[in-house]
Amino acid sequence: MTRIVVVTSGKGGVGKTTTSAAFGTGLALRGYRTVVIDFDVGLRNLDLVMGCERRVVYDLINVINKEGNLNQALIKDKRVENLFILPASQTRNKEALTLSGLEEVMESLRERFDYIICDSPAGIEHGAMMAMHFADEALIVTNPEVSSVRDSDRIIGMLASKTQRAERGDTPVKEHLLLTRYVPSRVTSGDMLSAEDVQEILAIPLIGVIPESPDVLRASNSGIPITLDESSHAGQAYHDVVARFLGEDRPLRFLNTHKKGFLSRFFGG
Amino acid sequence: MGNSVKTQTATPAFDIKGSMLTVMVVHLYRTDKDLIATLLREKIRQAPGVFKQAPVVLDLRAVRDDERTLDIPFLVEILRGYGMLPIGVRGGNTKLNSMALGVGLNLLAEVRPGRMRQENQLLNIHEPQPTEEEPAEVPALVVEAPALAPVKIIETPVRSGQQVVAAGDLVILSMVSPGAEILAHRHIHVHGPLRGRALAGVGGDTSARIFCQRLEAELVSVAGHYQINEDLDQNLLGRAVQIYLKQDRLHIEPFGTSTTL
Repeated sequence: MTRIVVVTSGKGGVGKTTTSAAFGTGLALRGYRTVVIDFDVGLRNLDLVMGCERRVVYDLINVINKEGNLNQALIKDKRVENLFILPASQTRNKEALTLSGLEEVMESLRERFDYIICDSPAGIEHGAMMAMHFADEALIVTNPEVSSVRDSDRIIGMLASKTQRAERGDTPVKEHLLLTRYVPSRVTSGDMLSAEDVQEILAIPLIGVIPESPDVLRASNSGIPITLDESSHAGQAYHDVVARFLGEDRPLRFLNTHKKGFLSRFFGG
Repeated sequence: MGNSVKTQTATPAFDIKGSMLTVMVVHLYRTDKDLIATLLREKIRQAPGVFKQAPVVLDLRAVRDDERTLDIPFLVEILRGYGMLPIGVRGGNTKLNSMALGVGLNLLAEVRPGRMRQENQLLNIHEPQPTEEEPAEVPALVVEAPALAPVKIIETPVRSGQQVVAAGDLVILSMVSPGAEILAHRHIHVHGPLRGRALAGVGGDTSARIFCQRLEAELVSVAGHYQINEDLDQNLLGRAVQIYLKQDRLHIEPFGTSTTL
């Protein structure tokens, strides 16, 4: 059974696209047929982060408008087997993204993939609502600071009321809290909220904590999903997230400050 | 503590809101003054609190064709004596209506037969003994009240941007996030942290209260009297409190210290 996972947040700039790329790549590396869809019409980034921006011919809206078929639009990742990207349109209007059109695309994708990752745009408008509509599960990407937490709460409310599962009264969208850009020393100093604090405020299960890392920006600029970087802590943390998502038990890493010697040398902060 | 009612800049002069009020309907079936007075007395004795300050409408359909005209001023005086607030009549004839207007009652719209079923029997009275004229089953009067709104129970968190409205009491068995709004015509009980806005007694019920396990609210209000987070006593934040109105002022008290219980 194909699972559709939306990566959403409400707040912008918290790491949704980074997460979509990393998470999707992580799943594909484990052998699952995975497609990552960019829902940010007009501000597309997923193709950049995944390194396929020079191979975009057709996009999601072309497919919905029947101007191209799915095979023409899907871009196969050059590094990882089983991984495909469906880019967003950069020039079109997001109104072209219709629910019925999207439903058809989802149906076709369900036949070919085990996991469909929907990279949501920021906000709570049309694009974000489209991205979450068919979701079975959700990764709610949150930074450990108050505005991001507030926006995440809003988006969680919408997942519970504005999705197909909610409208049909099916089992609700399974929610996972993903804390990103975490800096343990700033949590200790009180600048940042701790993982426990955020969990207490949002009351949804924590699937992982991704530490702030300079590797992420480099990877992004090179078009390499961070999970392909074996040495990066952020990459490793994303692998943990994929593992937990698939049901494995992994202890949280990278949470503690460098109070005691050994691990402290690894942290930049 | 602080001002109960604060005007903020650009406050409108008034606001019109929809509301639900419980109104009792006294259906008259007989015109015998003494019988009515006796039965009323008995009925009220069973539950005096129910009738205090209760808005009342007189339904005259069953007596409108009676040759003996019901003495409306007499009836209204009795009702007022018991603390009830007669506000209008319905289903009367010209004579009954003009009597009603004469004592300050309003003429309300006719009710279609089907609507009667929505009204519930309240405190059925038993006819003492039937007289020769009437059959035993028809009481002189029946006081009915609309069903009290059942309590609304919410078990999942109320998230930012969501609004919950209850016609009666509201019970939240989880948290209320900042940016969320919960409203009730009667009481509000939050068995979790209250971080959003809570407005009780929105229909004007000044006896409504807010009970919460952890007060971190952005705004609390009872029957329109509100306080914002900034004006809350810092010592009360984070505690289990009840919030109520006393003499037009909002009181917020941690449990166990109230002297009004």
